[in-house]
Amino acid sequence: MATGVQRATQLTVADLKGKVDPDWCPGCGDFGVLAAIQKALVELQIPNHNVVAISGIGCSSNLPGFINTYGMHTLHGRALAVATGVKLANHELTVLVTGGDGDGFGIGGNHFVHTMRRNVDLLYIVMDNQIYGLTTGQTSPTSRIGMKTKSMPFGNIEAPVNPISLALAAGATFVARGYSGDQKHLTELIKQGIEHKGFSFLDVFSPCVTYNHDNTYQWYRPRIKKLEDDSAFDASEWTMAMQKSLLWGEEIPIGKFFERTDVPSLHAAEPVLNEGPLLHLEPRVPADVAQGFIEELM
Amino acid sequence: MKQTFAVAIGGAAGQGVATPGDIFAKIFSRRGLSLNAYNAYQSIIRGGHTLLTIRTGPQPVTNMGDRIDLLIPLNQDTMDRHLKLLRSGAACIYNADTIKAGPAADGVQLCPLPVSELADITRNKVAQNTLAMGAGLHMMGIGFAALEEALREQFKKKGEAVVTENVGVARAGYDYAASRFTAFPSPLPKTEKRYAVLSGNTAMAMGGAAAGVKFYCAYPMSPSTGVLHWMAAHARKAGIMVRQVEDEIGVINMTIGAAHAGVRSMCATSGGGFALMSEGLGMSAMIETPVVVIDCQRAGPSTGVPTKTEQGDLWQMLGAAFGDYPRIIAAPLDIADCFKLIPEMFNLVDRFQCPGLVLCDLLLSEGRLGVDPKDLDFNTVIDRGEIILPLDGNGANGNGAGAAVATNGSYKRYKFTESGISPRAVPGVPGHIHTVATDEHMEDGVLISDEFTNPIKRRAMMEKRMRKVAGIEAAVPRPTLWGPREADVTLIGWGSTKGVIEEACEMLNEEGISASQLQIRWLVPLHGEAILGLLEGARHTIIVENNYSGQFARYLRSETSFVPDGNIRKYDGEPFMPHHIVQAVKEQLAGKTHLSVPMHEIMV
Repeated sequence: MATGVQRATQLTVADLKGKVDPDWCPGCGDFGVLAAIQKALVELQIPNHNVVAISGIGCSSNLPGFINTYGMHTLHGRALAVATGVKLANHELTVLVTGGDGDGFGIGGNHFVHTMRRNVDLLYIVMDNQIYGLTTGQTSPTSRIGMKTKSMPFGNIEAPVNPISLALAAGATFVARGYSGDQKHLTELIKQGIEHKGFSFLDVFSPCVTYNHDNTYQWYRPRIKKLEDDSAFDASEWTMAMQKSLLWGEEIPIGKFFERTDVPSLHAAEPVLNEGPLLHLEPRVPADVAQGFIEELM
Repeated sequence: MKQTFAVAIGGAAGQGVATPGDIFAKIFSRRGLSLNAYNAYQSIIRGGHTLLTIRTGPQPVTNMGDRIDLLIPLNQDTMDRHLKLLRSGAACIYNADTIKAGPAADGVQLCPLPVSELADITRNKVAQNTLAMGAGLHMMGIGFAALEEALREQFKKKGEAVVTENVGVARAGYDYAASRFTAFPSPLPKTEKRYAVLSGNTAMAMGGAAAGVKFYCAYPMSPSTGVLHWMAAHARKAGIMVRQVEDEIGVINMTIGAAHAGVRSMCATSGGGFALMSEGLGMSAMIETPVVVIDCQRAGPSTGVPTKTEQGDLWQMLGAAFGDYPRIIAAPLDIADCFKLIPEMFNLVDRFQCPGLVLCDLLLSEGRLGVDPKDLDFNTVIDRGEIILPLDGNGANGNGAGAAVATNGSYKRYKFTESGISPRAVPGVPGHIHTVATDEHMEDGVLISDEFTNPIKRRAMMEKRMRKVAGIEAAVPRPTLWGPREADVTLIGWGSTKGVIEEACEMLNEEGISASQLQIRWLVPLHGEAILGLLEGARHTIIVENNYSGQFARYLRSETSFVPDGNIRKYDGEPFMPHHIVQAVKEQLAGKTHLSVPMHEIMV
C-alpha cells in the first residue's frame, strides 16, 4: 500500500493502542468500532505511520486520540473536506474518517454528498447512534419520527435521512452497514472498505446507552439480518442495493450493499499525480515553463 | 508633469469591449509603454454598461488617472454618460450610423465614422470596434504595423480569411482618420522597456506557483475567480492540484488538509466566502498548520456590489475566527506586489505555522498593469521552516526539507520552545505519530479539554502559540515614509491605494503643496511604534481609504492611539482618482472639513 520506510516487525493491536483510553460511557457502541478498526489494520498489516484517522467533533469523533496512527481531530462536520485535502496531497496514505451521524449527515451533509460523487479514496465510518450525545441528547438527522429528546420533548416530527440510500444516490462506490455488536462482521467490512479503491461508506449502528433508549442493543439484535445470508442478493446491482436500503423495521439489513470498481478514484483521475504524490513533486516550476507563463502576458 | 494617455472604451456587456481593450494594451506594452487598465462593469453577462479605461505612458502609470483622452463609445448610452466629461484636447470616435453626439466641451474633437460606408457591416458585426481602433491608433501616432500584428494574433485561430477581413477594416479606419481627423499633439513614444501585462489575480496565482504551491482550491466568487482560472489553466504545466469545491467551508478545510499532509496550499475568495472560512482559520491556528488565504474585497455588506471595489474587509479579517491566535495579514500595494507578496507570505506562515491572510481588492484583482518581467521572479526563496517530511520512494524528498530522524517515540508535535515554534512532522513520517486536535491539547497533542481540564496546561499552550507573535514581528519589515517628514501634508493609505496616492502627492507637489506618503503593506503585525515614529512631527496627516467607517483609521487608533488630522473616504464602489485626493487635501488644509468623501463623477 505505502512506500517509505516499512516496519521491520509485525503490527499488533498493542501497537495501535492510543496515548489515552477512550472516554466514552461504559457500554457505548463506539468501543466496538475502535476495536474493529484496530483489528482490521492489524489484519491488513498497514504500517501505522501511513494511516491517518480524521474526525470531526462529537463523542465518536474523539476516536483519533484513542488509536496510535497519525490523527486529526478537526471541526464539526468538516472531516471529509480535510481528509480530501490530505489524500490528494499524499495519496500513499491510508485515510480513515470517523464521526457521528450529526457530524456527518447534519452539519457535514454538504461535504458528505460531494465527497461521494468525487470518489475520494478513503473509508468513512459513521458511528450512527441516532442522537446527539456530547451535547447531552438532542434529535439527530437519523432520529426516528416520534423519538423524544431534549430538543424535541414531544417527539420528533421530521423524517430521518436514510444514509445508505443517500450514499447510493450520491454515487458512492462502496456502501455498507455494520453493527458494533458484531465485531467480526464489522472488522471484515472495515477491511473491505480500506481495500476498496474509491470512496467507501460504512454506516455503523453504534448504540448510545446514555441518551438513546429507543435504538438499543436489545432493539437491534432481533432485527439485524446479514445481506450475505441472502443468496439472491448481489452487491454489484445498484437497484437491488437501493431496494434493500429501504428496509427498516422488523428486518434491518447489514453488510455490503453495493460496490463497483470501474470508477477511478479522484487522485487516480488527476494527471498531475501521474508521477507520484503531490507531496513528492518538485516544488519549483521549471525555468522554461515559468518563462512560458510570463511570455503569455507579453 | 508626466506624459500619459488614456483611452476609454464603453458599451453594453457583450458588445465586445474586451477585445479592443486587449489589443490596445498589447500595442502599448510592446511599444515599451507602461499601462494600467481598469474595467468598470456590472454583475450582468449581457447588457448594462461597462467602461474600460486603459492609461498608458512612457513613465510608470499606476492608476486610471483623471482624464480620458480618447473615448470610444460603442453605444448611445456610453456617449450620453461620458462625452460631457471630456476636456479640451480629447477626442471621441463613434459610429455615426447609430450614435449621436451630444453637447461637448470646447476643444473636444468629435470623430464620426461612417461605418456602413467603410465596412460591410452585414459580414462583420464588430466592424465599428475595429474601425475605431484603426482610427484611434492613427491619432495616437502609432504606425499601422503594430495593429496588423496584434489583429493577426487575435484572429489567428479563426483562419486567414478572418484575419484579412479584420486587417482590412482596421486599415480603412486608419486611413479615414488620416484624411479627416486631427492627430493628438504628442504622439505616443517608443521605449526600450518590456512589460508583461497582467491582472492582480493572475499575479497572485503566479506568485503562488513561484512559491511552490501544490494545492489550490476555490469556490467561484467575484472578484477572486481569476486566481482559480489561472491556476486551473496552468495546473498541469506547473504541477499543481486544482479543485473546485462545493463551498468555501469545504475550500478552507481541504486547503488545511493538504497543507497538513505537507504541501503548500492556498485558496482565494471574496468577503462572503471568507466569512464562511473563518472557523477553518481558527483550526489552522490551533493545529498549527500553515495556509495562505486571499480575500479579494468587493463592496459589501452581504452580496453588496459584486463588481465594485472596496477596502471594507479589514475588521472581518482582524476578527476572523474566535479566540486569540497568531495570524499574519498583508495588503499588496500594486499588481506587481500581488506576485511578490505570496512567496513572502508562504515563507512566513511555514516558519511560524499559522494562517496568513492576503487582503487584496477588486481594483488590483481585476485591474491590469504593465509589470517588468523581472519582477515576476520564479526563482524566489522557498523556506519551509521546521518541517519534517516523509521520504519518497528514492529516499529523497522533493520539498527539500530535512529527513526524518528517529525519536524513539519522544516526538512532541507541540513541544514548548522559546520561539513557540515546534518542529512539524507530517503524516507518513515513521516515529513521529501524533494526533492534532482543534481542542486544546498538551505538547504531545493529547486533549486537555474533554476531561481533567487543566488551567496550568491551557495557559502554557496558549503562551507557546502566542510567543510566535514576537518572531513574526521581528521577521516583518517596518513601513517607510516616502517624501519629507516635514511635508505640508502626509497621506496615509494601505494596500491598493498606493498608486493613486503617489500620483496625488506628485500633483500636490507640482502645485506647491509638499506631500509625503505612508503606505501600509503589513497590517498584522502593524509595527505601531514605528508608524508613530514616522509620523512624529508631521504637519498635517490624512488617512485615505476606500470604505465608509475608516476601518484602517480605527485600527491604527486602537493599536497606537494615533488620530489623524483628517480622513478621505470613498465607498461608492469606484476607486479613487488622483484629483479626488488632491481636492480633498486642499479643502482640508484650508480648514473646511476633516472628512472628505469625494464624488465619483463618472456614472458607471
